[in-house]
Amino acid sequence: MKPGITNIVSAVDSTFLFITVTSVVLLVLVTFFMLYFVVKYNRKRHPQAEQIEGNLLLEIVWTVIPTVLVLLMFYYGWVNFSYMRNAPDDAMTVKVTGMMWSWQFEYKNGKQSNTLNVPLGKPVNLILSSADVIHSLYIPAFRIKEDAVPGLKTHLWFTPNEIGSYDIFCTEYCGTGHSHMLSKVVVMTGEDFEKWYGTAAPQGAKDRGLNLLQVKGCLGCHTTDGTGKIGPTFKGIFGRKEIVITGGKERDIVADEEYLKKSVLQPEADIVKGYPPIMPVIPVTSGELDDIIEALKGLK
Amino acid sequence: MSSFYSDTGQRSGIAGWMMSVDHKRIGIMYLSALLLFFSIGTSLGVMMRLNLISPGTFMGVHTYNRLFTIHGIIQIFLFIIPGIPVSFGNFFLPLLIGARDVAFPRLNRLSWWLYLAGAFLVLASLFLGGGALDTGWTFYAPYSIKTKTNVSLALFAVFILGFSSILTGVNFVTTIHRLRAPGMKWHRMPLFVWTLYATGWVQILATPVIAISLLLIILERFFGMGFFDPLKGGDPVLFEHMFWIYSHPAVYIMILPAMGIISEVVPVFARKTLFGYRAVAYSALAIAGVGYLVWGHHMFTSGMSDASRVVFSLLTFIVAVPSGIKVFNWVATLYKGSIRVDAPLIFALTFIFLFSIGGLTGLIQGALSANLHLHGTYWIVAHFHYVMFGGMGFSFLTALHYWFPKMFGRMYNERQAKIGWFFLFVGFNMLYFSMFILGVQGMPRRYFDYPPEYFTGHLVSTIGSWILVAGFVIVFRNLIIAIRKGPKAPDNPWGGTTLEWKVPSPPPHENFEEIPVITRGPYHYGNDKK
Repeated sequence: MKPGITNIVSAVDSTFLFITVTSVVLLVLVTFFMLYFVVKYNRKRHPQAEQIEGNLLLEIVWTVIPTVLVLLMFYYGWVNFSYMRNAPDDAMTVKVTGMMWSWQFEYKNGKQSNTLNVPLGKPVNLILSSADVIHSLYIPAFRIKEDAVPGLKTHLWFTPNEIGSYDIFCTEYCGTGHSHMLSKVVVMTGEDFEKWYGTAAPQGAKDRGLNLLQVKGCLGCHTTDGTGKIGPTFKGIFGRKEIVITGGKERDIVADEEYLKKSVLQPEADIVKGYPPIMPVIPVTSGELDDIIEALKGLK
Repeated sequence: MSSFYSDTGQRSGIAGWMMSVDHKRIGIMYLSALLLFFSIGTSLGVMMRLNLISPGTFMGVHTYNRLFTIHGIIQIFLFIIPGIPVSFGNFFLPLLIGARDVAFPRLNRLSWWLYLAGAFLVLASLFLGGGALDTGWTFYAPYSIKTKTNVSLALFAVFILGFSSILTGVNFVTTIHRLRAPGMKWHRMPLFVWTLYATGWVQILATPVIAISLLLIILERFFGMGFFDPLKGGDPVLFEHMFWIYSHPAVYIMILPAMGIISEVVPVFARKTLFGYRAVAYSALAIAGVGYLVWGHHMFTSGMSDASRVVFSLLTFIVAVPSGIKVFNWVATLYKGSIRVDAPLIFALTFIFLFSIGGLTGLIQGALSANLHLHGTYWIVAHFHYVMFGGMGFSFLTALHYWFPKMFGRMYNERQAKIGWFFLFVGFNMLYFSMFILGVQGMPRRYFDYPPEYFTGHLVSTIGSWILVAGFVIVFRNLIIAIRKGPKAPDNPWGGTTLEWKVPSPPPHENFEEIPVITRGPYHYGNDKK
């Protein structure tokens, strides 16, 4: 048997298959007897019904057999679940933070990324949390899912068996950008992973800032090429004249450094006219904020 | 003798209806309101399906998020939960137990007014304040605390609807205890009455929990109390628990009376007493009882402890058994019957088939390991619609076709009803079965947009929604024509044995000239030669 894309796949699929096959058999039996009786005991053929009050033996049979069956199903699901919940001790830990509407992955050495890069054949332990509302990290190809809850640490683990790139979805509704809160798991060879993992963080304020725009998920809603998305574009934003709505009143502003910083720290204070007031507060340090401003200045 | 339609009491016109305490008038008014909201909710669902074959062409993401929220709130709180008890329960409970009305007729009228008030507030919330809410019908915190849309008014509306539900529960439980005709022992009650009894208790005991949870959200929104926001020391998982402590039993509020209707209809068209009467009756109580303890299966990926996930999974599997017992007994009732396949029986057998699919897929997602893949995907949406729409919805249609002659005193066109059924059956399965496949493929629910590999499934599903609508048009056109010019219905068109068939169609204001004395079980076809 193929090992599956991850070690988890067979734990899920075998349970699924076992219960599905049993259920199909039961459904076919119930439907067959229902239709068979309707035809066979049709009033034209069978004008006089036979009055049968019930049958104790039958009641016992169809109580006990289903009970045994469902307990088996429960047990099967439980055993596989236990396996899925207990990561081996040597697993590589990655911190995952869900936020409206992006995922951020942080590795042991402090490296941050907005895709989940992992080496082939090594167990990975994800520790999930959220910066704002409830999200849920779901990798369909791996058969794993767990909610990212603010104020709580939850966990997931898997060992990838095939090189490739797989979808990450958010499966807990989290507002306007929910269906675009996407990312990828990239499974690479150990060598490629080490190369990526060892690359130093970008140097220079501007490059660091550009990296942060991606890692913090800003680019989920803002573009750098001048097109509009959920929020206004970053292209040429520094020094741009905008009409904003502040406390229900329109006013003209110039997007200077002070304004841009305020827009990150208090996104709901001024809303650019024509855009919805939905930007979440994304946690940044003051150093990170300076880098982001430098990057925005450069996006002409 | 004049029917309850012409016997208006002291008032006439609209006041004769709105001020009436006659359980039959209240039942008819509820039925009309339910069907109105059902048609609104269904239209919203069809619009969602339209978006999903071409995301963004017909509406924006914000509109879509509001649509699925309002679709859920209307279908669940204004249609399915009140559903069968307030319409058919109100009309037929007193008739089935040989009573002239429910125990508290004025309380019944208050329930109806509260329902109307709640419905009005739900609709008002769509246009006031921040506009229609976008939280999904589950109102999960902290999103429901942070969104700028009008959550508070909508939650307050659901709070009011909860009181309507509690009062109906109190009323029905009391009625069943106190107003049964002489000789109607517990084991001579029709099965629909048993299920209304079990439902009544669930309404009384579970509804206050959601009332409190929703109130806490409102307090948190207005005063920043911090019950559920972790930044203030609250716990978002706590809200999930409180929400499902009600909303899971609420599933049984929806499905138990639906099962009761199937238990009424199958014996009548098989000309045979119900197989295993006691097993069917007690399994309703078992479902209601165990159903309180399985709410955690909505939270297998929520971050709840692994130990509680195991316990909730075990209980979930246990609650499947009594539902299975019911299905087996219904099928056994057909054995050696003398079966006539009229429209009500077709709808009832369709219920058994679709509800079985809904129940069996529940086993698949109830298994812990499989759930971690299926939770939060279209699989859940499919399962839910098979149980709610395939179950409660088709049971509602069964009841409508079974009791229509009694309620309106007219017959509908049998052929048209069957053609309508055919469209509904085909459309329903295209619409929702494709969602099972989408779910296994990993398509998350509540997505406005999706990667291209899911397109085929969405397309089949949307085409199914159009066929389903065609079915509804045929079915309801048929019934509306029947109300206006259908042939007069006899008192007992199907040869039923329960008490409602012993009074004229439609029944007189007082139901029974003389309260009947009951000497045997409800489905006695024994030696009565036709």
